[in-house]
Amino acid sequence: MLTAMHARPEPKPVPSSAAPELKDTGPYWAKFLRLQKLAQEPAWLAALRNSAMNRFVELGFPTLQDEDWRFTNIAPIVKLPFRPVLEPRAERWAADSLGRFPFTAQPARRLVFVDGHFAPELSAPGNLLPGLRLGSLAQALTTDDALLQAHLFHLAQPQDNAFAALNAAFFRDGALVVVPPGMALAEPVHLLFISTGPDPGTTAHVRNLIVAEAGSRLTVVESYVSLTEAAVLTNTATELTVGDQAVVEHIRFQDESLSAYHLGILGARLGRAGNVIYHCLNLGARLSRTNLRIHLAGEGLQCILNGLYLTRGDQLADHHMIVEHAQPNCASHEYFNGILADKSKGVFHGRILVRPGAQKTDAKQTNKNLLLSDDATVDTKPQLEIYADDVKCTHGATVGQLDPQAIFYLRSRGLGLETARRMLIHAFAGEIIERVRHTGLRDELDQLVWTRLEAHEKVAINLTGESERACLTT
Amino acid sequence: MSPEPILSIRNLCAGVEGRQILKGINLTIYPGEVHAVMGPNGSGKSTLANVLAGRDGYQVTDGQVLYCGKDLLAMAPEERACEGVFLAFQYPVEIPGVNSTYFLKAAYNAIRKYRGLPELDAMEFLALVKEKMKLLHLPEDLLRRPVNEGFSGGEKKRNEIFQMAVLEPKLAILDETDSGLDIDALKVVAAGVNKLRRADNAQLVITHYQRLLNYIVPDHVHVLCDGRIATSGGKELALELEEKGYDWILGCNTCDKPCKPVGAAVSA
Repeated sequence: MLTAMHARPEPKPVPSSAAPELKDTGPYWAKFLRLQKLAQEPAWLAALRNSAMNRFVELGFPTLQDEDWRFTNIAPIVKLPFRPVLEPRAERWAADSLGRFPFTAQPARRLVFVDGHFAPELSAPGNLLPGLRLGSLAQALTTDDALLQAHLFHLAQPQDNAFAALNAAFFRDGALVVVPPGMALAEPVHLLFISTGPDPGTTAHVRNLIVAEAGSRLTVVESYVSLTEAAVLTNTATELTVGDQAVVEHIRFQDESLSAYHLGILGARLGRAGNVIYHCLNLGARLSRTNLRIHLAGEGLQCILNGLYLTRGDQLADHHMIVEHAQPNCASHEYFNGILADKSKGVFHGRILVRPGAQKTDAKQTNKNLLLSDDATVDTKPQLEIYADDVKCTHGATVGQLDPQAIFYLRSRGLGLETARRMLIHAFAGEIIERVRHTGLRDELDQLVWTRLEAHEKVAINLTGESERACLTT
Repeated sequence: MSPEPILSIRNLCAGVEGRQILKGINLTIYPGEVHAVMGPNGSGKSTLANVLAGRDGYQVTDGQVLYCGKDLLAMAPEERACEGVFLAFQYPVEIPGVNSTYFLKAAYNAIRKYRGLPELDAMEFLALVKEKMKLLHLPEDLLRRPVNEGFSGGEKKRNEIFQMAVLEPKLAILDETDSGLDIDALKVVAAGVNKLRRADNAQLVITHYQRLLNYIVPDHVHVLCDGRIATSGGKELALELEEKGYDWILGCNTCDKPCKPVGAAVSA
C-alpha cells in the first residue's frame, strides 16, 4: 500500500541550476539546528526532517524556468527574511476573539492554530468518541505513534519542491484528525489557522494529517486567515487519506491579508467506492499557490474538485493540480472558476493522468475565468494524459469578460446595468459555491463571497457603462 | 380626437457598423392595437426590434421614436423596460447560475420600484408567478432552473411570453417568436399572447411567416423591404403575402432596389 502512495505522478529531475536565488543557506541551517534542539520527536521523524532539509538545499527555490512554476514568480517570497515560528506565542487570546473569522459561528468541532501552533484555549474539539482523534499533531508526535509514521510525508512529499521540503523540515504543529471506521461525524471539523506576524517573513509551517477510515463520514473545513498586514508566509501541507466507502466533504478556504504569501499542498489518497468533494477557495494573499495531488487509489470512487478564486489589485492565485486515476470505474470532475479584477493574475494547471488499467474512467475538467478588467490575466493549461483505452475524459478552459448578450437580456427586463453585472458575476461564483453540500457552510460562503464581490465591484465598473449610453443617444 | 399613440416612429434610420439598415421607418401604434411587421430576411425586422429595445451596437442616424410621448431612444434599455417596453427575444439568452425566479422577481421589483410601487415579497411573487405559468403551460421546475439554461427551443420562447405575462408591458415587441416552434407550441404561445392583449396596451409582432398571424390576428400589417415599410394594410395583406410570396411586392416603388425573392412562404 505504501509503495502505491509513494508512486509520484510526476518524477521530474530538477536541474541544479534551478536555484540561483538560494545563495546562502546559512539562515535556514541556523534555524534548522535550533528546531532540532527544541523538538522532542521520534527518531524516524528527525531523520525525515533531516532529509527534507537536505532536499530543500539540493532543490533550491523554483524559478520561472521551472515548467511547474513558469507563470508564478516567487522571487518576493525568496527575498523575505526567513522567520519560521518555532515556538508557540506566549500571549493567550480570549476565547471570544474568534468571532471575526468566517465559519466560527457554525456549530463545529474546532481546532485553532496561531502561527502554526495549536491554541488549546481557543479550541473546542468536543467529546472524543472512541477512536476519534482530534487535536494537535505536535502533541501526538511526543509519543511514538505507528499511525503517524504510516501516514506522515507519504501524500505530500518533501521531494516535490522547495516549499514542500521546507514544510517537512520546519513544521512544528498542525491538526491531526482521525475518524475511525464507520463513524459518521455529524458536525463539521473546523481547522482554523491564524497568522499574526508581526514581521515580514514570519512563517507558519503547518502540517495537517486527516484520516477518514473506511466507511466514515466527515466534513472538514481548513481555513487560513491573518491578523497582520505584514508580508508573512504560510506554508502548509495537508495529507488526506480517505478509506474505502468513506464520504468526505473538505473545504479549503484561504482568506489571508493581501500582503501575505500562501503556499498550500493537498496530498490526497482516496480509497475504493468513496465519495469525496473538495472545495478550494482562494480569496486572499498577494500570492497564493495551491498544489493539489489527488490519487484515486481505489475502484469505483467519485471525486469532485471544486475551486473558486477571486483576485484583485496585484494578487496572483496559482492552482496546480494533478488528478491521478489509478483504478478502474472512477469519476473525477474538476471545476475551477476564477474572477479576476484590476491587474491581478490567475494561473491554472490541471492534469488528469489516467494510468494503464484505469478503464471506464470518467474525468472532466473545466477552468473558467472571468476577467473584470483589461489588465487582469490568466494562464491556464488543462492537460490530459491517458494510458487506458476505454475512458471518457474531457477538459476545457475559457477566459473572457461578462457576456454582453446576457447583460442586455437582463437590462431589457428592467434591471440596471450594475445589477445585471453583479447578478452575472455572482452567478459565476455561485456555480462553484452551490456545490457545497453542507447547508450552513454553503450559505455562509455564499454570503461571504457575495459581500466580497460587492465590495470589489466598485473597481470593475469601467468597462461597459459609458460606451453603452453613448451609442444610444447618437 | 384619437388617443395618444403608444409608439410613434418617424423617419427612423439606423444601422450597424456604418451599414445603413433602417432607411426611414414610419409607424404609429395606438392603444389596443396589434401590428405585424413582416418582411424577407435582411429587410431590417430584427434591427427595428433591437433599436426599440436599446440593444448595444446599433447607431440611430436619423429620426425619432416617441413612446407614450417620451423620447424612447434617449432611454437606457432598463429604463425602457421600466416604462413598459418589452422585447421577446428571437434568441433568448442562456444565463447559467442565475435562477429564473430570482431573476424575474428582481426584474419585476425593479420595475415596481421605478414606478413608485411597493415591491412584492417572495410569497406574493410566487403566487403571481404560479398564476401566470398556467397561461403558458410551463412546468414549475422551470422556475428553479437557471434562466433559459438547457431549455428546449419551445421552452425558451414560451419563457419569453411567460416573462411578458409577469411584467405586463404596455408595448410588447415579439421578435420572430414563431421561429423554431412546432404548431402546438405556436398555438400555446399565441394563446398566451392573445390573453395579454388589452385595450391599454399594444403588440408589435415581427415575423417572417404569415403562420403566426393565423393565431395572433393583427389589426395592421406592414411589409418591410430594404429598411422601409413598402406597404401596409389589414390582416388580409398577410394572407396575400402567404399566397404570393414576398416577390409580390417586388414592384413597389418605395425602395431603391427590388426586394430579393425569398421563395414561397412556408404554409402553416
